[in-house]
Amino acid sequence: MTSTIERTEAAESPATPKKGGGITGAAANYLDERTSISAVVKEFGRKIFPDHWSFMLGEVALYSFVVIILSGTFLTFFFQASMVETHYEGAFVPLKGVEMSAAMDSALHISFDVRGGLLVRQIHHWAALLFIASIGLHMLRVFFTGAFRKPRELNWMIGFVLFVLAMAEGFTGYSLPDDLLSGNGLRIIDGLIKGMPVIGTWTSFLLFGGEFPGTAIVGRLYTLHILLLPAILVAFLALHLVFVVVHKHTQFAGPGRTEKNVIGYPILPVYAAKAGGFFFLVFGVIALMASFFTINPIWNYGPYDPSPVSAGTQPDWYIGFADGALRLIPPGLEFVWLNHTWSFNIIIPVIALVLLLLFVAIYPFVESWVTGDKREHHILDRPRNAPTRTAIGAAGVTFYAALWAAASSDLMATHFQLSIEGVIHVVQAWAVLGPFIAYFITKRVCIGLMKKDREIVLHGYESGRIVRLPGGEYIEVHEQLDDYERWKLVDYESFEPIMLRPNSNGKITPVMRLRSAMSNWFFEDRIAPASRAELDAAHGHGHAPAVGTGSPARGELEDQTGGNTHH
Amino acid sequence: MARRSRKANRRHPLATVLLIAIGLVVTGGGYAAFSSTTAATAETDMSSQQVIDEGEKLFASNCATCHGMSLQGTDDGPSLIGVGAASVNFQVGTGRMPLAMQGPQAMQKPVQFTDEQTAAMAAYVASISPGPAIPDASLLQADGDAANGGELFRINCAMCHNVAGAGGALTEGKYAPELTGVLATHIYEAMLTGPQNMPVFNDDNLTPEDKRDIITYLKYVENNPSPGGFELGNLGPVAEGLFAWIFGLGAIIGLMVWLTAKSN
Repeated sequence: MTSTIERTEAAESPATPKKGGGITGAAANYLDERTSISAVVKEFGRKIFPDHWSFMLGEVALYSFVVIILSGTFLTFFFQASMVETHYEGAFVPLKGVEMSAAMDSALHISFDVRGGLLVRQIHHWAALLFIASIGLHMLRVFFTGAFRKPRELNWMIGFVLFVLAMAEGFTGYSLPDDLLSGNGLRIIDGLIKGMPVIGTWTSFLLFGGEFPGTAIVGRLYTLHILLLPAILVAFLALHLVFVVVHKHTQFAGPGRTEKNVIGYPILPVYAAKAGGFFFLVFGVIALMASFFTINPIWNYGPYDPSPVSAGTQPDWYIGFADGALRLIPPGLEFVWLNHTWSFNIIIPVIALVLLLLFVAIYPFVESWVTGDKREHHILDRPRNAPTRTAIGAAGVTFYAALWAAASSDLMATHFQLSIEGVIHVVQAWAVLGPFIAYFITKRVCIGLMKKDREIVLHGYESGRIVRLPGGEYIEVHEQLDDYERWKLVDYESFEPIMLRPNSNGKITPVMRLRSAMSNWFFEDRIAPASRAELDAAHGHGHAPAVGTGSPARGELEDQTGGNTHH
Repeated sequence: MARRSRKANRRHPLATVLLIAIGLVVTGGGYAAFSSTTAATAETDMSSQQVIDEGEKLFASNCATCHGMSLQGTDDGPSLIGVGAASVNFQVGTGRMPLAMQGPQAMQKPVQFTDEQTAAMAAYVASISPGPAIPDASLLQADGDAANGGELFRINCAMCHNVAGAGGALTEGKYAPELTGVLATHIYEAMLTGPQNMPVFNDDNLTPEDKRDIITYLKYVENNPSPGGFELGNLGPVAEGLFAWIFGLGAIIGLMVWLTAKSN
């Protein structure tokens, strides 16, 4: 009936504090005896972070999120999430007596009548822009260095969910003040929802509690914005961080760095100090931006009213790609069938966006299926050493950038004195052709860089020093890299395409054909790293670094891919 | 003694600076006085025959090529019969006319005529046939109801000129211009006459008091700096997003590189 749990060491050993431990030691011991926290401190305190600037992008996202929570809490003390009609009687003259919702009234109250309210509002909004921007950059870093590979595929998915949640948080927050700009944005979302075939209108009525705009939406968005979405976000964030600890951090290749170790600074004391300081730096940058630069001047926009639609209405940057997709879709995608108008103007861009996001979410699984690589990877790829992946990423970035740019098509037209139709047509071409161009250019550039690396490893780099030999011959002296630098250039894997071989039943299935074709596409163009033999031949001294001793699971790979060129 | 000190003053190193400063103040002050004089004389008597004759001459030499000798219009330009003095004052006074070239719409350029000459041409065009007159100064003082003006602006103007008056794009290269820095007279005349692609807001549509309120609102926004700090061109989320990415995230990445830099 009863079960016994063995007591842990910490709780068992009283270990009377040594004299001289002082109050800190006594307090630490008191805590440890009651919580066994020393095990946790030991585990976390010795967690190692390698030092590379790009590894801190996720931290920026985390810190801006903390700033968002702090400033957002302040805002909730004063914000009224209600669409009850009222008349503004605050300090801002050009809105005096104007009819507006209580939400807009309280947002103006925060801006003009609450001490420090405008600063906090601007901190909240700037931090939100930075939050999502740093998530985006963090994802790009992870993508281009291959940090999403096994065992981190699930954490990539969690990170992706965080990205989507952050966008949802941003959009719900943007709509809360019930000003004209955000109301226009909400109307576009209403249009997106109504554009869904069959269920669109009902869904819209469900969300808005009747015909747009109704009197319910601000309250509902508020619940989502401060309760539901943050709760899910924090849960996923915690999971994300737990996985970061469980997996240990990735690192770039270097002497002594293997798939089985992590080289860097421990959290205590070095990294905690650095990271703690960095939090305040991020907070400081956000506070400076909020102090000196206006963001979302709702007093200029005025209260929302469904009839006025402002020129130059754009969403915040992270929704821009969706707005841009709507602007790029060519007209005429509707027809009448069975006495109903079937419109595809909205649903096609929506499907394109969903597919784009879906591809981002499942990319780690796609790549591991294509390459057949099921090993763990803790050493990062330099982007050039994975040319096809880097090229796919560049194509994706180009496509996203086209959609993003399209959201500001009207501003480009007015500011560069162009016709808006011309801008749209150019961006349409960019969205369709740009990814292919970016793909090919990036792949060629990567391969070129790999060739250059190989050349440098084998023959050294040009020093610019011309020497005349006794016989009269002129040569340029090539300097050799030191062993540390050379290691970074040769420690990478080179895959070969999967051979198409019959399976155990002696058949070649279409799926196998597809996989083989994809593998071929991935690895057809490749530059193998300089081998030990080549290095010895080039230098002739035998003091070249021991290349390729750091991959524990080579045999496994060879089974999967039918051999590789790594010696 | 006195003579010596005067000499010393003259050779003082800052003497040149002082001299230049005096010169600038004199010429600048003179210029300001002169230009305010011309502005004052711009209150021309529009009904005087002498002014109308002067306007006719200016019209014949500068406008008639496209608009025709008797304002009837040609293939290159519309008829000006019935456009009124307000139209002429707006088009010429903002530098849109004379046109430099045919295009999607007339661009604002440096103004080509003095206020007097513009008034003379306006008087001439108004003398041929009746049309909207140059608005009375009492409507241009920006002393109306800014809140009413703001509401009217959002309903009637914001869809082209942007809710903050930052301007916006129209079709085929046409655009609604930015409204900061536009004289109250010109704003009023634009509403009255509907230049380029702008619709006419006649007095039944927006009463003169409504127009005055709109001007009051625009001038309030223009003259009161944003309480939130620099406005980034009032361009809304695009400018904010660019700023967050380039300067915000740029600064933070700079700090990241600094934090992780290896000490030498």
